[in-house]
Parts: sequence; C-alpha cells; structure tokens
Amino acid sequence: MDIIKTTNLTKKFNSLTAVDNISFSVKKGEIFGFLGPNGAGKTTTIKMLTTLLNPTEGSAEVADFDIIKKRDDVRRKIGVVFQEPALDTELTGKENLDFHARMYALNKEKRKTRINDVLNLVDLMDKKDVFVKNYSGGMKRRLEIARGLMHFPTVLFLDEPTLGLDAQTRRAIWDYVKKMNKDEGTTIFLTTHYMDEADYLCDRIGIIDRGKILVIDSIDNLKNSVGNDVITLTCSDMDQLINKLKEQNWISKIKQHDSFLTLGVEKGDEKIPIIIEIAQNLNIKIKSISVRKPTLDDVFLSFTGRTIRDDTQNNKDRLMPPGLRARRR
Amino acid sequence: MIIQPLFFLFILGSGFSAARMPGLEEVGYIDFLAPGIIAMAIMFSSMFTGVSVLWDKQFGFLQEVLVAPVSRISIIIGRTLGGATTALIQGFIILFIAIGLGVPASGGILGLLLTFIFMVLIAFTAVGFGLVIASKMKDFQGFPLIMNLVMMPLLFLSSAFFPVVSNPILKTIAFLNPLFYMVDGLRGSLIGTSNVLVPLVNLIIVSLICIVMMTAGSYFFSKSEA
Repeated sequence: MDIIKTTNLTKKFNSLTAVDNISFSVKKGEIFGFLGPNGAGKTTTIKMLTTLLNPTEGSAEVADFDIIKKRDDVRRKIGVVFQEPALDTELTGKENLDFHARMYALNKEKRKTRINDVLNLVDLMDKKDVFVKNYSGGMKRRLEIARGLMHFPTVLFLDEPTLGLDAQTRRAIWDYVKKMNKDEGTTIFLTTHYMDEADYLCDRIGIIDRGKILVIDSIDNLKNSVGNDVITLTCSDMDQLINKLKEQNWISKIKQHDSFLTLGVEKGDEKIPIIIEIAQNLNIKIKSISVRKPTLDDVFLSFTGRTIRDDTQNNKDRLMPPGLRARRR
Repeated sequence: MIIQPLFFLFILGSGFSAARMPGLEEVGYIDFLAPGIIAMAIMFSSMFTGVSVLWDKQFGFLQEVLVAPVSRISIIIGRTLGGATTALIQGFIILFIAIGLGVPASGGILGLLLTFIFMVLIAFTAVGFGLVIASKMKDFQGFPLIMNLVMMPLLFLSSAFFPVVSNPILKTIAFLNPLFYMVDGLRGSLIGTSNVLVPLVNLIIVSLICIVMMTAGSYFFSKSEA
C-alpha cells in the first residue's frame, strides 16, 4: 500500500524550478530517503507534502488524502521534523510536547501517557522539566523527533534529521529513527545529503538532483548497479587506457571523471594486477589505484556525474556573499 | 513595554502641567494627556504582538503551528486575543495610575464602559496592523523604520500629546489619521471634555477601522507561506 504518492509534482519560484515534475511513491512501513545535494529540491518537496507550500503543478496524496483539497486530513496524519529547529525555547521539553498535543486535540489522559512514551523513546525523560533553551543541539533534535511522534502520525517527515550534529549524536538519532519505525510502524520519509545516513537508515532511496529524481531503488540494487567492486585509478593517458579497457569483458562499467576513472568489476583485488599490466603494455603510467566496495557515493557519482561533496561545496560558495567567499579562501 | 508610556505620563504630564493652550481651557494637561498615553501603550503593545509572528517565522516555530490541523482563523484569533489581553492589562495599569493621579473619570460607569470598548478596539486594530506588517516583512530590520516613520508621526498628529484644534492644518491632517479617532474617542469617554467628536461617532469610525485592519491582517497572514 502506498502512503505517499505524487504525480508530476512541480514547484516553481518565479523563474527557478525547484521541483521538476517528480512522481514517486512511498510504501507503508518503509523508511524512504531523498538523497541529494543542497538545493536539489528536497525541502521544497517536503514542504509541499506537508501542506506548507502549494505545488505549481501536479498533485500528491499522503495517507490517501489529497494535499491540496484535503489539507486538514493530511495534517492530522503527518508528523514533521523541520530542518531548522522549531521548538519554543522558552518552554520546557514537556511543555513543548503538551502544546503540540493540544494542537492535535489529544485529551488530557492521552497527552500524559503519550508524553511519557515518546520521552522514553528518545531518552529525554530526565530532562523533561528543563527549558529547551538549555538543551544541546542533539537533545533538541531528539525532542523534535519525539514531538513529531506525539499524535501517532501515519507518516513522519524528517528534513535533514542530523544536520550539524556530532558523530555520536547522529548515530543515536539513527537508532531512534529505526526504533520508532519498528516499534510504532511509522512510515518515514526523510531527506539527507549524507550518504552514510541514507545507507544506514533507508530501505529505498530516491536520488534527487536539480529538482529531478534520477533513480529510485533499494540501496542494494543501486549499489549492485555500479558493480560488485569499484576500482578507482588515475593515470597519464586516460583516453588510451579507456579504449583498451573497453575491450575487456570482465569490466561491467567504465566511467571517466575529470581526473580519475572508475571501473565496476567482480573480485576487484584480483583485477588490479591485470589492469596494471595492460597499462604498462601501453606505456601508460598509473599514478594511483584502489579498490573498494561500492558506496552510495559511487551510485550518486554514476547517476549525476559528480560527487555530492563537490556539489555541496559549490552550493555553499554560491550562497555566500562575495565578501565572505573571499575571506574563506 | 509599560515603562515608556509611564515616563511619558509622568514627565510630560508634570513638565507641561502649567501649560495653557487652545483646547486645554477646561482641563489640566495631565488629564488631557492620560487617555492619549493609554491609547499609545495599548497600540504599541498590541502591534508588537502582531509583529512577533515574525519571531516565530524566524525561529521556525510558525511552521510547527502551520502544519498542525488547526484552522488559520483560529491561529489568528488566538494570537489576537493573547496580544489584546496583555495590551489591555497594560492599558488598565496606566488607567488606574492616571485615576490615582487625579484624572477625573467624569463619564461615570457608562463612560468607563465606553473607555473599555475603545481600549479593546484599539488593541484589535493594532494586532491586525502588526499581522499585516509581519506577513509582508521577511525579518525584523524594517520594524523600527515603521515604528519611527509611520507610528510616531501618526501618534503625534493624533492629539495624544496636544490638542490639534488650535491649528486648522493640523486639524485637517488629524481627520485623515485613524489614530486620531481612537485617541479622541478614548478621551471623550474617559474625561468627557476636550474631545473634538462625540464618542459615539468615534466609536463607529474606530469599529470600521478595526474591522478593516483585522480583515487585512487575517487575509495577509493566511496568504503568507512559512
């Protein structure tokens, strides 16, 4: 059963098309991730699905309700954790949850038990009476996740759930997300630009770039599409080597990048000597060569032609005012 | 928030206590000033509540409210009643201090009732105006500009601090100034003298202004996207 279903969803801001004709569906009970660089249209998609923005074109259904015509029904069914913290810092953790529950019309009895439930889930029980302004970044995030779960949502939206958190806290939050997916059966739709996050959490991911979905599949399928092992190498005459390597039928995929080459192969460590031999016969100098299991990075690279890190960096530079940009270098 | 109006009341009130000018023949200056200060306190305080939607916007808290299955109208009503309550409490504190200072509530019970109605209307109008500003502005930077370039001149020309009847140009301008009807109405119903128009005429005009402002505030707020 599909919990989220979009058809040709599009959002334009003046001349900029932030989300370009995307159609996808999310199944009940799964953790679905949108992976893409900053500015790819992930947050805009979430804002449309959570009824905060109206789509320019296309339509979507969340929990069988149309996001334009049945806004209030959609709102009742969803929980949202926004990219920027959206807590009232002048209230305690418990009061934040209570306020939220009141907005969702939970009765007094239910509020009380549910607040304890969700606080236990994210291990914030002992901090419930502390003002949120005294919380650490990770605690705020956990409280927000707890709040998103307060009203038993059918689907929980997480927009960059671990942005700006340290490694330990990220790991903890991932475990909470997994736990609530398992314990409460909540369908989870998350966006991230962290490969490891998508890899660890998601059942299926959609790779999104410049407002378009490039591919949607399970993580394993995506990795397999790149090859069992990935060999990365840099050498002197890349074109010549590529021509020769194309004749080898044991290479499932050859992709040339700006300064390096990636090959998809089986049993990569045994293939390195063969490749070196081929190169030597052609008098090509290999500068470096390595083999590893494919990561989502390779998947992203093979679909977009660039790594997500390059892109994030470029985006940051573009967004920064010129004065700051110069100072950073 | 309440300190500034009190400064105005005490310092202006005592500084100008001996002043004699046209339109001030029958009452002392502090009696004349008190309704103006009450209007000012309510106005600024409510306007600030309306504008505080901007805080919620900047801190992202507004999104949390907007994704909840709560109608936009009830969010606006909640915001308005909350803002109006604090503003009215401030207004009453100043009112009681003013009466303690000897400002005569010559209108009697009916006058006080009318005063209360004016105070409520002023509060609602100002919250509505604040909501319009908050919906149209992206951040707080423009807010002092509006306070200094729009609110202060309007307040000075509203007869809150001095009578405008003496000068025909000022009087003409005052009739174009929505704040004038609020201050004049409040003065008419509280101290019963020195007002230009009959309180009931003011009441009708202020009610209309209030409806227009509240409608505009709700409209712009519901149109604004988080």
